[in-house]
Amino acid sequence: MPDAITAEGLVKKYGDVAALDGMELTVPEGTVFGLLGPNGAGKTTTVRILTTLLRPDAGHATVAGFDVVRDAGRLRAHIGVSGQYAAVDDHLTGAENLEMVGRLYHLGAGRSRRRARELLERFDLAEAADRPVQGYSGGMRRRLDLAGALVAAPPVLFLDEPTTGLDPRARIGLWDVIAELVAEGTTVLLTTQYLEEADRLADRIAVVDHGRVIALGTADELKDRVGGERVELSLADAASLEGAARTLAPLAAGDVRIDAAALRVTIPVADGVTALTRALGRLATERITVRDAGLRRPTLDDVFLSLTGHQADDKTEETVR
Amino acid sequence: MNALRLAVADGMTIARRNALKIRRAPDLLGGVVMLPIVFVLLFTYVFGSMIDVPGMSYGEYLLPGIFVMTIVTSAQITGYTLTQDLQKGVFDRFRTLPMSPSAVLTGQTVSDVIMNVTSIVTMALVGLVAGWRIRSTPAEAALGFLMLLLFAYAFSWVTATVALALRTPEVFNNLATILSFPLVFLSNAFVDSTRLPGPLKAVAEWNPVSTLVQAARELFGNTSPALPVPAAWPLRHAVPVSLLWSLLLLVVFVPLATRLYNRAVSR
Repeated sequence: MPDAITAEGLVKKYGDVAALDGMELTVPEGTVFGLLGPNGAGKTTTVRILTTLLRPDAGHATVAGFDVVRDAGRLRAHIGVSGQYAAVDDHLTGAENLEMVGRLYHLGAGRSRRRARELLERFDLAEAADRPVQGYSGGMRRRLDLAGALVAAPPVLFLDEPTTGLDPRARIGLWDVIAELVAEGTTVLLTTQYLEEADRLADRIAVVDHGRVIALGTADELKDRVGGERVELSLADAASLEGAARTLAPLAAGDVRIDAAALRVTIPVADGVTALTRALGRLATERITVRDAGLRRPTLDDVFLSLTGHQADDKTEETVR
Repeated sequence: MNALRLAVADGMTIARRNALKIRRAPDLLGGVVMLPIVFVLLFTYVFGSMIDVPGMSYGEYLLPGIFVMTIVTSAQITGYTLTQDLQKGVFDRFRTLPMSPSAVLTGQTVSDVIMNVTSIVTMALVGLVAGWRIRSTPAEAALGFLMLLLFAYAFSWVTATVALALRTPEVFNNLATILSFPLVFLSNAFVDSTRLPGPLKAVAEWNPVSTLVQAARELFGNTSPALPVPAAWPLRHAVPVSLLWSLLLLVVFVPLATRLYNRAVSR
């Protein structure tokens, strides 16, 4: 399978600060690649270089077979871009926004109009088609922006944090739309701060920090590196921490961690709910009082903590109680 | 070979977008239609009743000045729109499209011409109601309107350059207001510049706004033999010098704005 996107040794500096420091990635045609990382990790800079908005200081990259610097003009006919700031015109209607994009892709007036209606229908915006975008909700705007990226049915699609700032319902709606596109064979490069989003959409995920890829793999591979699910227990007093850790050691799939300040014991487990039940049973037998218990899935924070030793800037915790 | 046709087509697409925006945005539309009406009526009736110009009515003397003042102030809409688009990421989308890179600025300035035609027609009509008269031949009058539009077009590129250098709508608006007032008031738009004190007189007589106002007065026939003849060279050859000014602004600011645009969007 040929590669739709390649990047080798991309460097971009702003003064002394390196936004990108040897970025490498390869995305085979028809797959979804997720760039996962906190704000400032270099995700957006990567997308800006790959979509010809920025020139790299060093390294080179190709998209759909075109060099991002030398063939920038021709490359643009083969990509669609949807950013985190829904770049749509407030005073124009949804239809007018999409028609304008169609004309700028040089589809011609008639085709632009038909394509606009088609996309509005598909993105559930047909009713709002002739209303100015001013009155649209955040989710509607984002859908319109995404529709704008699809006007010319490009083979490669860049989605820069497509769901940041959306409410959960709008987010899931957008995920469904993206999944459909992928099923049709579009190659997608997606940036996100949410592991769950990458998990749901991406075939392969690159974890990015300080402008380079620090880990690469499928969602499952990454989660395994973090240690999969863990049981987290908060105790009533510090004196019982050691005893609890000893009691729970046989259930652990790895090292038991003690956080004395938070009165917390964390045990990596293989069989989530069963392990949680057993852990609570064992502690009850030992008469150790548990104040709070939960089963935690790995979050972006965990991936970061385990890969870099430092905390990600964004808190995206998800706890099943 | 196709590049020029694409550039024109893309420029028209962007111009159409901006024209739609102005029609829908009450604040922009107000600047294009309401403000000129208010200017014409206020200046004609408030100042017109107080100020005497030898040999003609002040209202008639004044209207070419109002035309030019409106052109200078409404050119700020160009800059304001550009800074807003710059902040909202609209240009990022444009730059990922296979469109002509020059289309954003040509489209913007062309839509400003449409805007200027609207406001000049509005002012001329309100002016005619308020007593303004064209006393020249139709050909001269047509040349007068074309000259105003050409200057307006050239001046859009000046505000585009300033806007792209400043990049934020608030900063641009403040600076544009601070600069445009002296530009308009230190001229012959409202007063006879030959009667200003020494240094102010020199500034006013060489101010391109004065040249344009003088040229417009001559082409619309709004002059009087009773008025003192200005001695300054640009005012004695107002029509050709106005055209020269417009061309000079275009030659300097089209490439400058284009360069700043490319720099502003590639961060």
